[in-house]
Amino acid sequence: MMKGPKKWRLFALMTALLVVLSGCGREEISTLIPAGKVAQDQFNLLILSSVVMLFVIIVVSIIYVLAIVKFRRSKVGEDMIPEQVEGSARLEFIWTAIPIVLLLILAVPTVYSTFDLADVTAMDAQTEEGIAESLTVNVTGKLYWWEFEYPEQGIITAQELVVPTGERVYFNLISADIKHSFWIPSIGGKLDVNPENVNTFYLEFDRESAELDNGVFYGKCAELCGPSHALMDFKVKSLNREDFDQWVAGMQEEQEAPTEAVAQEGQALFEQSCIACHATSGVGATPGVGPNLATFGDRNTVAGFMEHNEENLKNWIADPQQYKPGNLMPNAASLNNGEPFSDQELDALAAYLMGLKVEE
Amino acid sequence: MSSNAQKTGFGATIWDYITTVDHKKIAILYLISGGFFFLVGGVEAMLIRIQLMKAGNDFLSAGTYNEVLTMHGTTMIFLAAMPILFAFMNSIAPLQIGARDVAFPFLNSLGFWLFFFGGVFLNLSWFLGGAPDAGWTNYASLALASEGHGIDFYSLGLTISGFGSLIAGINFLVTIINMRAPGMTYMRMPLFTWTTFVASALILLAFPPLTVGIFFMIFDRLFGANFFDVTMGGNTIIWEHFFWIFGHPEVYILILPAFGIFSEIFAIFSRKRLFGYTALVFATILIGFYGFMVWAHHMFTTGLGPTANAVFALATMIIAVPTGIKIFNWLLTIWGGSISFTVPMIYAVAFIPSFTAGGVTGVMQAIAPLDYQLHDSYFIVAHFHYVIVGGVVLAILAGTHLYWPKMFGTMLSEKLGKWTFWFFFIGFHLTFFIQHFLGLMGMPRRVYTFGADQGWDLFNAISTVGAFFMAVGVIILLVNVVMTTIKNERVGNDPWGDGRTLEWAIPSPPPFYNFAQTPLVRGLDPYWIEKMEGNKEGMIYAEPLGDIHMPNNSFIPFVMSLGMFVASFGALYHLDGDKAWALPVLIIGLGITFGSMLVRSWKDDLGFIVTKEELIADQERIQREAQAREGGKNGGLK
Repeated sequence: MMKGPKKWRLFALMTALLVVLSGCGREEISTLIPAGKVAQDQFNLLILSSVVMLFVIIVVSIIYVLAIVKFRRSKVGEDMIPEQVEGSARLEFIWTAIPIVLLLILAVPTVYSTFDLADVTAMDAQTEEGIAESLTVNVTGKLYWWEFEYPEQGIITAQELVVPTGERVYFNLISADIKHSFWIPSIGGKLDVNPENVNTFYLEFDRESAELDNGVFYGKCAELCGPSHALMDFKVKSLNREDFDQWVAGMQEEQEAPTEAVAQEGQALFEQSCIACHATSGVGATPGVGPNLATFGDRNTVAGFMEHNEENLKNWIADPQQYKPGNLMPNAASLNNGEPFSDQELDALAAYLMGLKVEE
Repeated sequence: MSSNAQKTGFGATIWDYITTVDHKKIAILYLISGGFFFLVGGVEAMLIRIQLMKAGNDFLSAGTYNEVLTMHGTTMIFLAAMPILFAFMNSIAPLQIGARDVAFPFLNSLGFWLFFFGGVFLNLSWFLGGAPDAGWTNYASLALASEGHGIDFYSLGLTISGFGSLIAGINFLVTIINMRAPGMTYMRMPLFTWTTFVASALILLAFPPLTVGIFFMIFDRLFGANFFDVTMGGNTIIWEHFFWIFGHPEVYILILPAFGIFSEIFAIFSRKRLFGYTALVFATILIGFYGFMVWAHHMFTTGLGPTANAVFALATMIIAVPTGIKIFNWLLTIWGGSISFTVPMIYAVAFIPSFTAGGVTGVMQAIAPLDYQLHDSYFIVAHFHYVIVGGVVLAILAGTHLYWPKMFGTMLSEKLGKWTFWFFFIGFHLTFFIQHFLGLMGMPRRVYTFGADQGWDLFNAISTVGAFFMAVGVIILLVNVVMTTIKNERVGNDPWGDGRTLEWAIPSPPPFYNFAQTPLVRGLDPYWIEKMEGNKEGMIYAEPLGDIHMPNNSFIPFVMSLGMFVASFGALYHLDGDKAWALPVLIIGLGITFGSMLVRSWKDDLGFIVTKEELIADQERIQREAQAREGGKNGGLK
């Protein structure tokens, strides 16, 4: 529907207008400021249906207001007995037929778009050399974090999805535990992350996230999955294809060992206490028990929702349950021979983790 | 006249209500307990809004918040809205068709007590280790993983109260089919009776899938079955289907009686026959029918595939047509009428734009691709509160004012009623209108907190302010009820002055046998017809004055339900393994229930006869009271 460039421009104009009118929320997360083809299609449907529905509301309102103004008892007289009208077949026909026409106007783009957005046939297309033409990301929802595996590239990351702009990216979604739902509001509608089957769809990212105030799009879990459902956020970095390829190459390289003494201390501690669950290399890794931390230093948040600084990181490691109730990370003492991490140990871990970067 | 014997004292009154099989008293029981649960659910709603008042609030913890939101939804749907509507159905529908009681008075009492004990059981979870926390939809993967006994309270409590609802539904169906007065053909039934009839049919067909789903859940959690355990080959999507095959018709079980109440109000306070009565009846039936064809629109994002989504999207859109027919027929009913803005009518008039707003967002969500954005966001929260509060709750408040005199013999204050209305109505729109935009701005539902960097602070704060307005409105209503009860100014048969249907032809409240003589119905709005023809007596009758056969009170329904209540504790704690008392409690509870069934089966209870002489004496008493009232101050509206 509405593929014509003119209509597209009209809707773009209306989008801009709505932004001006504000109340549209933040561009990182609002469905009203679409930043991808899927969200744009859905936004167009929103506008179309709002216009049709506004028409309905106006018609009802006019009859309604006239009726309650004209026929007040104080106006028509206390003793007036109205004519007991039975009904009118003609009127019944009119208000059956007109809604049907309005619904048909909505039905055609609905059916078209339902099939269009579910069309993943091009997902497995390969070039002559047997390389996949489009990017596929396997998403696994876990309590309460997200794992992103790039099977063709052989890399894994967590909490921050990195994608190229200007092309279709396909997603395979599955849950490792409770049902979740994968939603990036400004990029496109949600799809459930079921524990028993893989759900597949595509999204397109038209804007580089670096242009945004906070540098990332916000992703959400949209299905109640336990106490920390509200905190099961992830972030999305959209890079142009060149930067994306560079990022992939960075991920595929071996991590450099830290040079600072304090970070080296942190690494030793990490390898003793944390590495059983958290990988620090993005390469070929099998899915982890805990989030892969290869890109931790590049991220915008700690635990998906807290500001990215050493203070929050140390607090989180010291007592994860306080910040994300019900998450599966063991408490600090059980990882550290029965002792909570000392301030010095936390400093070391934080220095090490903040140094894990693949971006420049 | 054993049951009519004048007993006094508080204890005697309590005993009378516990054992009553009179549909009017059972209605009062439904109203009081439904009203109580409505307040409980309302407090839970306030807790939710206080928690979301500002970003990062720590008023409730994450786990507690999930319990509160689950209990808010479950309580409001199962324990508040349905029972209060049952109160009106029980009280009014038998009167509207000219019946002396429902078809099965004993079952009526049993249905109430099952609901009551189920509801109490569910709410006791708060004090016994924690309430359910998987949402009122109780999706299986989350429910199975939930610790503690919350989910078991949910499944056992809803099983018991679900039996009650099913029994009530069957009872209304049989009553309306069999007990209509002579001349009361189907197409002369008042619209409230029609909607009761269709809603009861929906109950009959919709509750079994829920019961099956909950049984699977109970088996999974208590007996280690694997219906929903994915790791053992189970499937959680099946729960979603079971729940919504029940859950969607459930919405219509709530909204259809609400439509019925508003239909009565529009006709009464416009002094006009319902416009397009036939169309309204068929629209009701169609809505009920389509209600079973659209459940998967709650599952558009589950991943059913584009074909299923497209089919269910189109099916859902079709429902807008009969609903639109209703809206326009109501508008044409008041068009050309003589509108009196009493409190019930104000609610009815306010309902039209509120419900239309809720309806159009429903159509928007029927557009499956658009719903991928709207689903599980605050947009859907806004939508269903617009239809449930803007439709059902406004109907409940309107019905409370409209039928209060018929149920209690006194009029709620119009002045306080208008205060309640304005606070509630403004608060309602303030709370929920803005939530549409929160959803579009990316806020998912069922989140216990949100960050300051999401841009949702202001709108959430406004929404919370609105919730306080609604709370003030409800408090004024309570004051109104207390003051009206204390004043106790009795009113006559037709306190609104423009009653059209049979219930307004008899005293308020009616005598326990309802109609001394069964009336003869000569058309739609029978009482209005008699009034217009100047019939001073009220009605003409289908039978001479004679003996009336009435059912005896019974304590058995209470005991039977109590047994289920006791047994549930046994079942719930049995699987803990360390509680030796659990199994005996389960057996004793079931023993009480089956024992009382045996007593009921073996002991003949033939009821009693009200003789003609007693009837005449009672009718004279009623007339004396009416004259005394006329002599003093004229009760009623004018």
